[in-house]
Amino acid sequence: MDRTIAIDVSHLSKTYDSYRAVDDLSFQVYAGEIFGLLGPNGAGKSTTLRTLITLLHPTSGTATVMGYDTVRDADKVRTLIGYVPQERAIDRFLTGREHLQLLGALYHLTKEEAAKRIAELLTLVELEAHADRPAKTYSGGMKRKLDIACGLLPNPKVLFLDEPTLGLDVQSRLRIWEYVRMLKARGMTIVMTTNYLDEADQLCDRLAIIDGGKIKTLGSPVELKIALGGDIVSLTLKETDRIHSLESALKDRPAIKAVRATTKGLDIRVESPEKALPTILESANRLGCNIEFIQYNRPRLDDVFIAHTGRAITESIPESETV
Amino acid sequence: MAHYWQEISALTMRWVRRLSREKFSMLFTLVQPMLFWLIFFGNLFQRAADTQVTQAPNYISFLAAGVVVMTVLNNGLAGGVDLLFDKENGFLERLMSTPIHRTSVILSRFIFVMAITSMQVLVILGVSYLFGVHPATGILGVAMILLIGMMFGVGLTAISMAMAFSVKSHGDFFSVLGFLSLPMIFLSSALVPLTAMPGWMSFLAQFNPMTWAIDAVRPLILSGWTEALPHIGMVVLVMLVFDALCLYGGAKAFRRAMG
Repeated sequence: MDRTIAIDVSHLSKTYDSYRAVDDLSFQVYAGEIFGLLGPNGAGKSTTLRTLITLLHPTSGTATVMGYDTVRDADKVRTLIGYVPQERAIDRFLTGREHLQLLGALYHLTKEEAAKRIAELLTLVELEAHADRPAKTYSGGMKRKLDIACGLLPNPKVLFLDEPTLGLDVQSRLRIWEYVRMLKARGMTIVMTTNYLDEADQLCDRLAIIDGGKIKTLGSPVELKIALGGDIVSLTLKETDRIHSLESALKDRPAIKAVRATTKGLDIRVESPEKALPTILESANRLGCNIEFIQYNRPRLDDVFIAHTGRAITESIPESETV
Repeated sequence: MAHYWQEISALTMRWVRRLSREKFSMLFTLVQPMLFWLIFFGNLFQRAADTQVTQAPNYISFLAAGVVVMTVLNNGLAGGVDLLFDKENGFLERLMSTPIHRTSVILSRFIFVMAITSMQVLVILGVSYLFGVHPATGILGVAMILLIGMMFGVGLTAISMAMAFSVKSHGDFFSVLGFLSLPMIFLSSALVPLTAMPGWMSFLAQFNPMTWAIDAVRPLILSGWTEALPHIGMVVLVMLVFDALCLYGGAKAFRRAMG
C-alpha cells in the first residue's frame, strides 16, 4: 500500500561533545498513524523528538515534516506541528484560558479565531469549568489536559507528545489514551515517545524501539511480536534437577523453536501450542518429570524489548500525582 | 511585522500578568529593598559622611544617584530569572516550538524589565524628593536618568539571560548573582566618590560600568546640565561597548541553548 509520508528521518545523528545521543537514525512516519518511539530513559527518544520539532539541529542527516526540512524550513514546520512537552510546561500563575490565548497570539490567530478555537478545545479536554483559575490550582491530570489543549491549539497536522502519561494516575492515563485515539480518528498524525510498554502496545500503530541512540527494531506491535517467532509455553517443574535433561530432550524437536532453562523450569518458544504441547507433555512423562504448573503466553511487547535490547526496559519510578 | 508585534505584546502581557497575580511580589516590587538603602543608609551616614568629600549638600542627595543605579543593577541581574524557570519547566521549549520570531521571547523580557526598572527608579526619585532631593535638571533630567538606566539595564539583563541559558541548575544562577552584586556596588561610586576610595578600589571601580552610569546620573540630580553633559557623553560611549559585549554573549548563549 502506498501511504503518504508525514515524517521522513534520514541518517539522523546528534552528538554532544563526544556523546552520541542519536546515531544514524532512519525511519518514516505515515500520515494518519500513531507512531511510537519506545525506549528507556536516555535512549535518544527525546533528542529525536526535539529535532523533529525544530529545537535541535542534527549533527548530520536530515529530517522532514510534511516535506519541509526541520532546519531549512523550520518556520514552516513550526506552523504544521503541535507539541506537548514532557515536563508540565505550565505557567502556574496563568489561567488555563490565558495559556491558550498566549499561544493563539504566537500562532498569529485573530482574537475571534482564537476565542472560537479555545472554547472548542476547553470543551474537548473538559476544562471549561476550570478555565479561569490559575494553573497552580490544577491537579496533575488537569495540567496534562491543558498541555494537550495547548498542543492542539494550532490545529496541527502532526502532534508530538513527549511521554504523555508519565507520572499520571491510571484514570488520567486512560483518559489521555482516549484523546489520542480520538485525534487519530480525526486524521491527525501523532508521534509520541514513551517508556511504558503497555502504552506503546495499546496506542501505537507502529513503533520503533530505540536504545543507545539506534533503532533496534521497527514495526507494528503485532508484527514485532510475531517476528519474535511464536508463543511461549512456560513450565514449572516439581524436581528442578531434571530441568536440564528435559531441556535437551526438547531441543530440535518439531514444532519447538527454542528452549531456555529458568530457575524453576523451562521457557519453550513454540510455533503453535496445538502441535507443541503433546510433544512437551510426552517428553516430560517419559523422563518422569512432574509438572507443577504450565502456562501459555503470547509474546508481550516486553519480550520484544528484551529480545532486541538484551534487557528489560528500565523505568525510573514516576512521581505519583493525584487527580 | 504585525506578527512580530502580536508575539511580543502577548509575551510581554504574560510577564505583566504573572507579576499581578503575585500580590506580595507586586508590593515588594514597588516598595523594594533598595529604598532601605536610601532611607536607612542615607540617613545613617548623613553626619558621618563629609560633604567636602561627597561634594553634595548632604549624604542622601549624594546617595540618590547610587541607589537609582543599584536598582537598575539588581533588576537587570535578576532579569533572566523567569526565563531560567521557563527553561527548566519546558515552557520555553513550548514557546520556541511555535512559529515565532526567535527574538520575541527575549525582547518581551527586555521590555518588561525596562518598564519595571523605570517604575522603580521613579519611586526612588519620588522618595528622595520627600527627603528634599530635587533633581537639578527637572523633568527632562529625570527622563535622561531613565534613559541611562535603560542603557545600563539592557546589558545587565543580557548577562542575566546568558547565565539563565547556560547554567545547569538555578542554584548556580543564584549563587553567581549573589556573588556579583555586592562587589559591583562597593567597587563603584554608588556609596563613596572615587576620590575618597583607597587607591586599589578606585582603580578597579573605573572599570565598572556602574561607576560611569552613576557619574552621569549624579550631576543630573545635584548640579545641572552643563556639569552633566560631558558625563552623559561618556556614559553613552561606555554603554554602547558594554551593551554590545553583553548582547553578543547573550545571543551566543541563547543560540547554544536553543540549538
